[in-house]
Amino acid sequence: MATLLETQNLKKYFKSGAGMVHAVDDITFKIEEGETVGLVGESGCGKSTLGRTLIHLNESTDGKILFQGKDVTNLNKRDIKQFRKDVQMIFQDPYSSLDPRQTVSDIIMEPLKLDGSFSKEEIKNRTRELMDIVGIEKRLRMSYPHELDGGRRQRVGIARALALNPKFIVCDEPVSALDVSIQAQILNLLMDLQRDLGLTYLFITHDMSVVKHISNQICVMYLGQMVEMCDRKELFAYPLHPYTKALLSAIPTTDIHNRKERIILKGEIKSPINPGPGCRFASRCPYADDSCKQGVKSCEVRPGHFVVCNKAKEINQL
Amino acid sequence: MADELKNKDSKHHGHGHHGGHGKKGKRHHRIDASIKPGSAKYVWASISHNRGAVLGMIFLALIIILSLVSPLICRYSYSTTDFAAMKSWPSFDHLFGTDDLGRDILSRVLYGARYTLIIGLLSTVLSAILGIIMGAVAGYFGGVIDSCLMRFLDLFQAFPSLVLAMAFCAVFGTGVDKCILALGITGIPGFARLMRANILRIRNMEYIEAATTINCPTWKIIAQHIVPNAISPIIVEIAMSVSRNGLASSSLSFLGLGVQEPKPEWGQMLAATRNYIRDFPYMVIIPGIFIVLTVLSFNLLGDAFRDALDPNFKD
Repeated sequence: MATLLETQNLKKYFKSGAGMVHAVDDITFKIEEGETVGLVGESGCGKSTLGRTLIHLNESTDGKILFQGKDVTNLNKRDIKQFRKDVQMIFQDPYSSLDPRQTVSDIIMEPLKLDGSFSKEEIKNRTRELMDIVGIEKRLRMSYPHELDGGRRQRVGIARALALNPKFIVCDEPVSALDVSIQAQILNLLMDLQRDLGLTYLFITHDMSVVKHISNQICVMYLGQMVEMCDRKELFAYPLHPYTKALLSAIPTTDIHNRKERIILKGEIKSPINPGPGCRFASRCPYADDSCKQGVKSCEVRPGHFVVCNKAKEINQL
Repeated sequence: MADELKNKDSKHHGHGHHGGHGKKGKRHHRIDASIKPGSAKYVWASISHNRGAVLGMIFLALIIILSLVSPLICRYSYSTTDFAAMKSWPSFDHLFGTDDLGRDILSRVLYGARYTLIIGLLSTVLSAILGIIMGAVAGYFGGVIDSCLMRFLDLFQAFPSLVLAMAFCAVFGTGVDKCILALGITGIPGFARLMRANILRIRNMEYIEAATTINCPTWKIIAQHIVPNAISPIIVEIAMSVSRNGLASSSLSFLGLGVQEPKPEWGQMLAATRNYIRDFPYMVIIPGIFIVLTVLSFNLLGDAFRDALDPNFKD
């Protein structure tokens, strides 16, 4: 498999009254073609910002983004237009991601119309085809978003994202606003589409069971930094970073005879405004010492298993 | 088309539990399902199915036409005094009677409609244009521009609008044009705030971001996604503002600050004859009824516009 998207030391800082907010700091990772990378972390850790920066909804502050081997970090307006045909986004809130004044077919048609290379007939046919692909009944084509339930709305959003045959889709918590039975439908739809159309996903979520269901690789973020990235099975079986361990221990179990021990984190969460060097998790980490506050390095402790922790080997007796 | 109609019906059953909008939907039943909501045709269809709005429109059209042709059709001029027929009750000679100076109230009421309507409309246009621009600029650019504009408008809002309008009239003088200016300026903050709040709300919606990801050019995002979603409360506010300013023009004239004698503005007619309310109540009641009906008509139209323009009311 070829690498579809790659970042090198990607940074995105926002200005705020108190200083620079380090929303995404020094992220280096690869996404293989046809795979799903699950991006997990608590709210406010920069998951969405990372996704948005990758597809140029935010301009990165520093670092590099490579798409199909080409540097796409700094693009002019025309190149961005071209780039956006290959990358798309599925949004979190299906209630606000659809214009209330557009009908279902208007919404799905819009990217095709804006592209300008299709005839009216082609646009019509493609719209019908897209509705079919994502499973929206034909009779709903003149409906307005408020007439649809959350699941159907999200399907419309997916159809819009698929319109121009993108290669890479950032799914920004696409199921977190839906109830559980609908969540499963949408997740299965996304997986079917991936299989049929060869899509690559960056799947942002804070729901560990969702990420376990859909991902090939999982990347864990904490306050703008990546803390661990590896294969899905490996992560759930052998989490190495103290934060990942705590995160996994927080997944509720239904088996009362086999209760896991929960790791309760103590200490203050570091502010993402001008956080300084070192590991951001250090203030809450039971293993941290002074060296963690000086600086932290990413290391590949097992093949394909990256941990950004100075103590990883020590803690896990590797 | 036939199957679309059927779908519409099935949807009504399916979404019956949404309750709140249910009764609004009933009215829309009569609108042809092939008309696309949001289009001008749909707005018209929706308004023409609204009984109150139709009555309001008929009344306003009638008043406008009669006011324009009143010098041609009325037997008496609005300013001719007839001392032989002072304070005469309504009769075949004077359908609405005469006032204390023997002037025909029917002629005066019909002719006077133009003042209330012109002042209401033009002052609204003035405040809507300035208010929308200021609100859009403040909302779109934010930051310092937003703070400066909004603090400036706060100055206006610190005073009750009628008091402010009176102050303007005291400075600029009286008359139709001054009255328009005074009411127009005092109406700006309302429009500006409404527009700003809408722009702010819509700018942060994910569908604006989605439009960016599908390569929608900025001007198109503003024209197709932001403005149409921000404008419908403004259109409603315009209808309401016309009635409010028409009423305010009557208030100003009643206080002697608006339209001056012998021009027959309704509020000014009320003011001039209010001493006779006990013995000749028709002098006060007749212009009063016209004020009420005009304001009511605009309000009904405004309500109908709100329902017609908001896609969420379409069940």
